[in-house]
Amino acid sequence: MYSLKLILKNTFRHKLRTFLTMMGIVVALLAFGLLRTVITTWYGMVDAASASRLVTRNSISLIFPLPISYYEKIRHVDGVKSVTYGTWFGGIYIDAKHFFANEALEPKGFLDLYPEYVLRPDQKNAFILDRKGFIAGRKLVEKYGWKTGDTVTLKGTIFPGNWDFVMRGIYSGRTRNTEESAFIFHWDYLNETLKKTAPRRADQAGFYIIGLTDPNRAAEVSLAIDGMFRNSMAETITETEKAFHLGFLAMSEAILVAIRMLSMVVILIIMVVMANTMVMTARERMGEYAVFKTLGFGGGYIAGLILGESLLICLAGCMIAVVLTYPVADIFAAALSDFFPVFVVSRTTIYLDIAASVFVAVVAAVVPARRAMTLTIAQGLRRIG
Amino acid sequence: MGIPYSYSLRNLRTRLLTTTLTAAGMALVVFVFASVLMLSEGLRQTLTATGSYDNVVLIRKSSVSEVQSGVERGQASLLEIQPEVASGPDGRPMLAKEVVVLISLPKRDSGKPSNVTIRGIGKGSLSLRPQVTLAQGRMPRPGSWEIVTGGSIARRFRGAGLGETLRFAMRDWRVVGIFDAGNTGFNSELWGDADQLMQAFNRPVYSSVIFRMRDPSEFQAFRDRIVSDPRLTVEPKREIRYYEEQSEMMSKFLNILGLSLSIIFSLGATIGAMITMYAAVATRTSEIGTLRALGFGRGSILTAFLLEALFLSLIGGLLGLFFASFMQLITVSTLNFQTFSELAFSFSLNSRIVVASLMFSLFMGFVGGFLPAVRAARMNIVEALRTG
Amino acid sequence: MTMPPPIVRIEDLYKSYSRGSQIIPVLEKITFDIAEGEFLALMGPSGSGKTTLLNLIAGIDKADSGAILVAGTDISLLSETELAAWRSRNVGFIFQFYNLIPVLTALENVELPLLLTGLSKRGRLEHAVAALSAVNLDDRMEHYPSELSGGQQQRVAIARAVVTDPTILVADEPTGDLDRVSAAEILDLMARLNMELRKTIIMVTHDPRAAEKANVTRHLDKGVLNSDVQP
Repeated sequence: MYSLKLILKNTFRHKLRTFLTMMGIVVALLAFGLLRTVITTWYGMVDAASASRLVTRNSISLIFPLPISYYEKIRHVDGVKSVTYGTWFGGIYIDAKHFFANEALEPKGFLDLYPEYVLRPDQKNAFILDRKGFIAGRKLVEKYGWKTGDTVTLKGTIFPGNWDFVMRGIYSGRTRNTEESAFIFHWDYLNETLKKTAPRRADQAGFYIIGLTDPNRAAEVSLAIDGMFRNSMAETITETEKAFHLGFLAMSEAILVAIRMLSMVVILIIMVVMANTMVMTARERMGEYAVFKTLGFGGGYIAGLILGESLLICLAGCMIAVVLTYPVADIFAAALSDFFPVFVVSRTTIYLDIAASVFVAVVAAVVPARRAMTLTIAQGLRRIG
Repeated sequence: MGIPYSYSLRNLRTRLLTTTLTAAGMALVVFVFASVLMLSEGLRQTLTATGSYDNVVLIRKSSVSEVQSGVERGQASLLEIQPEVASGPDGRPMLAKEVVVLISLPKRDSGKPSNVTIRGIGKGSLSLRPQVTLAQGRMPRPGSWEIVTGGSIARRFRGAGLGETLRFAMRDWRVVGIFDAGNTGFNSELWGDADQLMQAFNRPVYSSVIFRMRDPSEFQAFRDRIVSDPRLTVEPKREIRYYEEQSEMMSKFLNILGLSLSIIFSLGATIGAMITMYAAVATRTSEIGTLRALGFGRGSILTAFLLEALFLSLIGGLLGLFFASFMQLITVSTLNFQTFSELAFSFSLNSRIVVASLMFSLFMGFVGGFLPAVRAARMNIVEALRTG
Repeated sequence: MTMPPPIVRIEDLYKSYSRGSQIIPVLEKITFDIAEGEFLALMGPSGSGKTTLLNLIAGIDKADSGAILVAGTDISLLSETELAAWRSRNVGFIFQFYNLIPVLTALENVELPLLLTGLSKRGRLEHAVAALSAVNLDDRMEHYPSELSGGQQQRVAIARAVVTDPTILVADEPTGDLDRVSAAEILDLMARLNMELRKTIIMVTHDPRAAEKANVTRHLDKGVLNSDVQP
């Protein structure tokens, strides 16, 4: 363990330099972790989606609705266990800066189909009974301080006017990946109001959500539903909820690619900084390495010392970064809660942190290690004094 | 006179590998910084170029975009006779009633679908947009199922090229022309006859009304009158402002993400510079002692080392800008979160960004080089001479 | 007959260093004069304080108490900034390890002290070239220190030391890093500067051969000056 002690002492010879290098690694890995978490969060929203639920929408695009009469027809398709429906509302709360998802849904079917939304039974009943009621996710309620019985007003954008709702319940997510920032109210309330104010737009649903008797029959049932509505005024596209969310993701692919590339750039930056440190450190110690060689140690041993020091600095920095990543991610999540309702650091990200540290350590040690190995004793001794 | 600047410059050349590595780190950061600014600028340019100061767009009150809006025929007709509307050379009002919807089309390369804006236009639509010119083919005949596509859409989406056919709303639509809208948002749209599209989509209302003002300064008065008219449920906006608003969320997202990343990255590069400069000071301790002995003051020493750090960061900055300038060759096409439709824009470099990037780089150099330079300046002459 | 005033007068000089809580005295009650045109060799065992004394006379260190008058100026009263300016005009340095700036050519090294005067570029070049000629290095002016031998580097250092025509030259072990031949050359050069140009030279050395070239020798032992003086 003499060698390990040597490596340890060498590393802390230049306390300031080692400290600065470690700080650089910490900063870089934090950035890397945050970037990766942005990507995993985006994909996480897909993961949270189910492969055993289907989404049926208008084949032209999402902005076109489907007739409510489709409900009965879909219900009777073989393989369909339950159906629910809803419409994206897109209302504004106070002003456009406060963005959160708000939808008009058929409540009973929806809550049955989404067991991951956990609601107290008394709140669930209160919600179902009050047509003007709404439920909201825990995070959203915490942010705005709403209490059961409060009236909240949304300004409609797609459906104009000021819409009042009464809070009837708070839902929480069963898993860490389930979002808790949505606002859900009765489709009936939307529809009844439309019948009076804009009858042309009434009796329509933005989408249908279907529960399957057997998840393996997803493809078959999708085709059956779409086949039923082919050549009608509103043709449909039915796909698994997962595929539906993936589709969205694909539309913002360019951004995700950019973020992935940025996460690699940050690793490059730290590699450059680390390599610089190791090159400088090794250069200063050339004389000592020559002395080692005179004592009989081979070039490989010295390369090992350099690599050991590089690894020590990188892994120490990595450890600190990993510990800090969680609280920093929380701060980030709070600041960007509008864009990312869920922001959880995954374990894979941590593993990648470690892998990146090792990779950087090795690459940074290459040039100085090679120099040390090919150094002749005479050259090295000349460097002293 | 102080220590000549060639001292600082030549010292960078002595340890070439270290200088290169440190400058490379800074170059990477400046590359990211400049790219983010360029992307933001490209987005802004696309969206502001899309609008005209002389044009007014009217959509339903409280709607965020044309896609969400509905303007009834009656109201549209009322707007046509407003005095502020300019008259064209043929004596008719320079006004167009348009319908805008999103359709899902598969991309050429991946086959994955994306939302594309399709605009039902009227006779006056093209002349209201001088930025748009017909590049190939012809405009669709009124009453036909023909469409023209923007250059970006024609390239990127299946069936959107000249002579090809797109199928939607249970009909086949033939592409009879391709228009060139520069780098404006119109380049990401399909245009067809408004009435035909309204029929096909079963949409009896328009989405928006656009007209050219006879006198752009009349806008405010016009707006006040329209907004308070009980017969109308529409809200006028200057076309330029309308398109600016469309990108606000996207811009904000890009700016926050991009700039916070640049700042974090810059910490890494600054630390790299600090390490390098501390090492430089440590290696040249006896030199510092000599210079002080000869009579150069602490200020000269501070300046010399700070200058070295600044030269280093300048090199890094120029390098980063050089590579960032190549990003201008790339076009980004992605979903605009606000309008939910496909938008293509590119990186745009201007002198403001060049200056900002270089200042950012120099700032990094200054911060990284300051403490080491102070250490050099504060050295005790006798101790410094004793070393080495 | 009145003697000309000494170029350096030192009165009751005290200097000590603190190491942690300990105070270590280095120089105690030093009093002596150096005449103008003197070539003084300061000798003594290591730790005797001779380098410290040299540093104090050269103005790169401050005494605890006592007066140091160089050409009439009591440098113990000068502030740091004033001392820097004073040094640039009055002191020429010759170090054991030459201390040339590696990134500057021989000519630029010699030109360096002149940057602190008000001379124009042309004036500076004239003086620098002249100084390098005086040490016989005309043909090496554009060389960097790494391209010169030890003896040549020291000659550049000497040229640098005399280029501003300083009041005194201080040398700390000027031959310590040189082989015998180069050392002899350097010492001859210094003796010539002393005799032909009447330069006052204060040299710290432990080499008796170097001391032979001087015309006055003083011994320091444990911070105290011995009273014997060899003219």
